[in-house]
Amino acid sequence: MHRSSEVKHVASYLNTRGCECFGQPCESHCPVLTDRTIHVQLKTFIKIRVKPDRTGVVTDGVKHSMNPFCEIAVEEAIKLKEKKLVKEVVAVSCGPQQVQETIRTALAMGADRGIHVEVSGKDYETLGPLQVSKIFAALAKKEQADLIILGKQAIDDDCNQTGQITAALLDWPQGTFASEMTLEADKLKVVREVDGGLETIKINLPAVVTADLRLNTPRYATLPNIMKAKKKKIANVKPADLGVDVCSRLEVLKVDEPPQRQAGVKVETVDDLVGKLKEAGRV
Amino acid sequence: SPSSCLRPPSPPPARALMPRTRELPPLPQLAELPELHQMMRQTCRDYAQKELAPIAAQLDKDHKFPAKQVQELGAMGVMAVEVPESLGGAGMDYLAYCLAVEELSRGCASTGVIVSVNNSLYLGPILKFGTEEQKKQWITPFTTGEKVGCFALSEPGNGSDAGAASTLAHQEGDEWVLNGTKAWITNCWDASATVVFATTDKSLKHKGISAFLVPMPHPGLSLGKKEDKLGIRASSTANIILEDCRIPLGNMLGDRGMGFKIAMQTLDSGRLGIAAQALGIAQAALDCAADYAHKRTAFGAPIGKLQAIQFKLADMALAIESARLLTWRAAMLRDAKKPFTKEAAMAKLGASEAATFVSHQAIQVLGGMGYVTDMPAERHYRDARITEIYEGTSEIQRLVIANKILKEYQQ
Repeated sequence: MHRSSEVKHVASYLNTRGCECFGQPCESHCPVLTDRTIHVQLKTFIKIRVKPDRTGVVTDGVKHSMNPFCEIAVEEAIKLKEKKLVKEVVAVSCGPQQVQETIRTALAMGADRGIHVEVSGKDYETLGPLQVSKIFAALAKKEQADLIILGKQAIDDDCNQTGQITAALLDWPQGTFASEMTLEADKLKVVREVDGGLETIKINLPAVVTADLRLNTPRYATLPNIMKAKKKKIANVKPADLGVDVCSRLEVLKVDEPPQRQAGVKVETVDDLVGKLKEAGRV
Repeated sequence: SPSSCLRPPSPPPARALMPRTRELPPLPQLAELPELHQMMRQTCRDYAQKELAPIAAQLDKDHKFPAKQVQELGAMGVMAVEVPESLGGAGMDYLAYCLAVEELSRGCASTGVIVSVNNSLYLGPILKFGTEEQKKQWITPFTTGEKVGCFALSEPGNGSDAGAASTLAHQEGDEWVLNGTKAWITNCWDASATVVFATTDKSLKHKGISAFLVPMPHPGLSLGKKEDKLGIRASSTANIILEDCRIPLGNMLGDRGMGFKIAMQTLDSGRLGIAAQALGIAQAALDCAADYAHKRTAFGAPIGKLQAIQFKLADMALAIESARLLTWRAAMLRDAKKPFTKEAAMAKLGASEAATFVSHQAIQVLGGMGYVTDMPAERHYRDARITEIYEGTSEIQRLVIANKILKEYQQ
């Protein structure tokens, strides 16, 4: 009897590190992340297609939802508010009209108000970490924020830059890849997940923190909170109002699909296997 | 050889783990529902996909009440959707409730019925007919998921024939004393209270039935053995036996003799909850079949290319879509406080027959795979069957609809 085959894990397609984990969810790469807090999470079971002009992927008609790391970031902010350590949680997103839905999800989780920085059309297609960071830096100054919590990276472009650039633009300390954060008076203790293990740092406020997978488990929006979210305000702002130029410094030359998976070769003995690997230059 | 992976693999939190089941593309109605409803539908869908679907097969195998999930749903407000916030509920409308039950049932049909019985059959009548005191005592603790309620109308001797209730209640001083047996009570092994219907005046026939609120456990109230059912096995079903069960006079719900009216009005609404459950089961079965049609190859191509399969999928989708719109319409009529009995009966009839049809065809699409427990199709088939029976059999629904139609055309 036929067993259902593994679904191609599309996230690996977006991964530019060329990981060949097609067909198996690869835990070290997936979910793949973008650091535009634009929350473009392309659901991994939708067949991603490259646009005919090869400047990007088709996003029309693809369901967009909050980047999983951003969900974790929102959850952490709300937890701080529940502990009465912060006064107000503001959810921000940059993008076209649809991102309002994502902001409302954050409001339904418990954020107090939202800011929608409107970027659409060609500007949105070329929006990258540098421009988003400039927007966030400008907003942080305007709102007099004490803490910025972002997802560590977004799963569509995998940049892992916005948090870091935002901190640099503001000249604020940063605690990235946070798996734990504790507010101690006006200092922030952050436990960071690094390649070698865990690193604990103490940074002054105001600061930027980027959320990693194990920081928390985001809550489901409760029905009463969904009702309340309707009444919460989402302010509309344009990058120009913040004095930010969203012109991109990068030009995408082309976007290609990953090479088709080639058929394997069956070998009879271990010696054959080693021989083939040597031939292919893998050993 | 050095891997290009910089970070050692570590398991992501459960929510970030992508489920194995393929998610259908967003349903077009999503764009037509109000934003509030879309959001709450999405949150229920997320919950069902991530927390219910992965455990549904095991819950079914173990006949296990999903206590943890019921608590989580309580915390989300789903166990008391229509109850006003002042009493601890979510304060949303019936359409929102139907959406919630459908999405949850798509993940686990048993959980769907547990939610539905608590909302429509237990909280429903108390909300409508209870005094302020009764609401505080019998509603608020049942909104959080900590406690669930049940609804005891059917008896071994009468199901459809609800007017023939042989459970008796007589007054002794400042107490009501209940005697009799109730059958097929969903949730009863896990419930902390029940709405019981008993005859207070036998001579008045169905106008002599009254409704009572009984806590569980309670002296004089015992439970029969858990039924070993074909489907919805994670929800408990058993008899409730009342032997000199004494309750204070204040535990009567509504007025004396109002019981039948309370029961019928409650079932009118409960019908929509079951319609929603049936839609969820049908949708899950369609998800399974459509996914399989893409993957299974026969005669050199995915079976989805074959017209025989295509026609089945089309008929299945049509049945679900029609029943869904009927359900929404009935819910919206109810929310607008317009008469909705006929539409509710149509919705329940349509949805339950859609569920049995779709789940039957889903097994057919899956072939041999549909018959084994490796795939959920067989569970959907088993879960669907009860929707044509409880909360008003398909035959009763037809009588209700015919009744209304004849009245409309009354000379």
